[in-house]
Amino acid sequence: MTQWTMAIDVDRCTGCEACVVACREENNVPVAGPESSARGRTTEWLRIERFLEGTFPDVRMVFKPVLCVHCDDAPCVKVCPVSATYETPSGLNAQIHPRCIGTRACAQACPYTVRFFNWSEPSWDAPLEQTINPDVAVRWRGIMEKCTFCLQRIRRVEDRAKEEQRGVIDGEVDPACAQSCPTRAITFGDLDERDSRVAELFRSPRAELPMEDLGTGPRVVYLKQGEWRGSVRARSED
Amino acid sequence: MEASEHDRKIEDSLLRHVVETGAGFYIVALMLLSVIAVAGFAWSRQLANGLSVAGMNEPVFWGLYITNYIFFIGISHAGTLISAILRLTGAEWRRPITRIAEVITVIALLMGSSNILWHLGRPERLYLPLLKPQFLSPLIWDVGAISLYITGSVIYLFLPLIPDLALLRDRSPRLRGLYRILSLGWTGTERQHRILEKAISVMAVAIIPVAVSVHTVVSWTLSMTLVPMWHTAIFGPYFVVGAIFSGIAALLIAMAVLRRVFHLEDYITPLQFNNLSLLLITMACLWAYFTFAEHLTAWYGHEPAEMAVLSSRLTGAFAPYFWGMVVSCFVIPMSILVFKKTRTVTGSVIASVFVLIGMWFERFVIVVSSASHPRSQQMWDRGLYSPSWVELSVTAAEFSAFILAYVVLAKLFPLVSVWEVKEAPPGVAETV
Repeated sequence: MTQWTMAIDVDRCTGCEACVVACREENNVPVAGPESSARGRTTEWLRIERFLEGTFPDVRMVFKPVLCVHCDDAPCVKVCPVSATYETPSGLNAQIHPRCIGTRACAQACPYTVRFFNWSEPSWDAPLEQTINPDVAVRWRGIMEKCTFCLQRIRRVEDRAKEEQRGVIDGEVDPACAQSCPTRAITFGDLDERDSRVAELFRSPRAELPMEDLGTGPRVVYLKQGEWRGSVRARSED
Repeated sequence: MEASEHDRKIEDSLLRHVVETGAGFYIVALMLLSVIAVAGFAWSRQLANGLSVAGMNEPVFWGLYITNYIFFIGISHAGTLISAILRLTGAEWRRPITRIAEVITVIALLMGSSNILWHLGRPERLYLPLLKPQFLSPLIWDVGAISLYITGSVIYLFLPLIPDLALLRDRSPRLRGLYRILSLGWTGTERQHRILEKAISVMAVAIIPVAVSVHTVVSWTLSMTLVPMWHTAIFGPYFVVGAIFSGIAALLIAMAVLRRVFHLEDYITPLQFNNLSLLLITMACLWAYFTFAEHLTAWYGHEPAEMAVLSSRLTGAFAPYFWGMVVSCFVIPMSILVFKKTRTVTGSVIASVFVLIGMWFERFVIVVSSASHPRSQQMWDRGLYSPSWVELSVTAAEFSAFILAYVVLAKLFPLVSVWEVKEAPPGVAETV
């Protein structure tokens, strides 16, 4: 069985946010507008977190793309009273939008804070409404949404492979964020396939799972030289 | 002959607020209804525009509605403790106050549960957890525990009401048909008495574990998650203690108000206030002990994620609420109620008002300070939660509806159990 996973090379990330924009366009993530943003209600399936490492004058900025890590033992899946979120056989954490009743328990339980609530009906200022992707449903008010690993792209590739009676080739599925990254910091693929690029990156000594000690079993791995918040050491190794 | 005259006097004075309705009733009801009407408008805005009209944000997905939910379900523990435990231990002074407590339980449970409706993103799908329950979710445990508790507490309120309903069937100027149905053919025979007493005892025993489980499960909604300062085993007992604590305070206030308004001074006496005040002190000490233990453990461990929440409580944005809670839940009630001189009716009411305010702050601080500081650190500075006018209005309406329901029920049946007061042993009857 395919096990979809993602590896993000933090050392390659320049913080350009191309992935953020691509994700928004691909997945019909609505634009919050200045007022809602000021109230902390932006929806970003993928966001860039910035960390300042070192002390002046020896400092450097580290960028970390943060998205749903599609946990194996997901806190969000456990707390949903109506099974609106569940784990698919290929390891995705899926959200069933029509099932969701908006308790927001999943969002509160998620240690990574990567689940988003539709506080109001989504809207796009003209001409942005013309960018809506027909392959992805627009979500509505009162429900949760989150990163799907670009499920629509996965499905398309899987269907094509099935038609051509072959397996999915490594690198054939490219989520919008990975596709748009100018430095190729994001790699997506099948962890079960031993020779896939992502499986190789998972075995790298540079690999670290986010909040690994919580035991949630994330499917996104970050690659970085040295320690995450170890400031001086990270600098001296450059 | 003398005894029946005595009984007649009790009946007259305890039924007075049912059979006589003054202008005061309509004025109070109108005032409360206007508060509820404003909230009705507020909720219509929320239905039209979604939860964007509330003050919640990312990461504070849970705000005032959940705070009220926990608070009111806490209040509901008044009925169980006073009524069930005092009944079982045969404390005679309980007789005039058990029903006041039981009514609080039923109304508070309804008010608490109503918050689910305001809180949900899609309130029109409120029924879905019943059709498609996911049993790993603490929210489903909540549904089960609270449904059971509402059912149990309604039965527990109804059983001791039967003889009084029969009395009203004979004496009430109105609604006699309703009372005839509800009194289930009570005639007061020896056999009926025996069955009733037995049923009440069984319910009193059964309702205690249910009540304890309810607030434990409510706390588990928070503590089963990995959220800093929520994920702690102390939450179950801590919430139950806080619930009983705030329940006693609510009961003391209700007793004082009803005593004054319905002239029940002969029945609800300083004895009851004194005994409940002592119980309130005990619970205040227990509550303070739990609060101290919880915060000391978090501070000593000094885990960064927990420290972020803890320092926001001790010195940060939530410090006014946190220290306000400590002062109103412990310092003020203790300094009033430990001294015999100030442990009066007025003293206990003042202490109780502060306890209720403090316990509301406690629920608010627990829910919002942790929600504001998730493990994902970059979410910490996303802006603090402040409730919108919609949430505040709905909160005000919940308190108004609580009082209104109480006032309306006072028109339907006596709030002091007539038959139980009549049956009090002579020694207690003297103080009554």
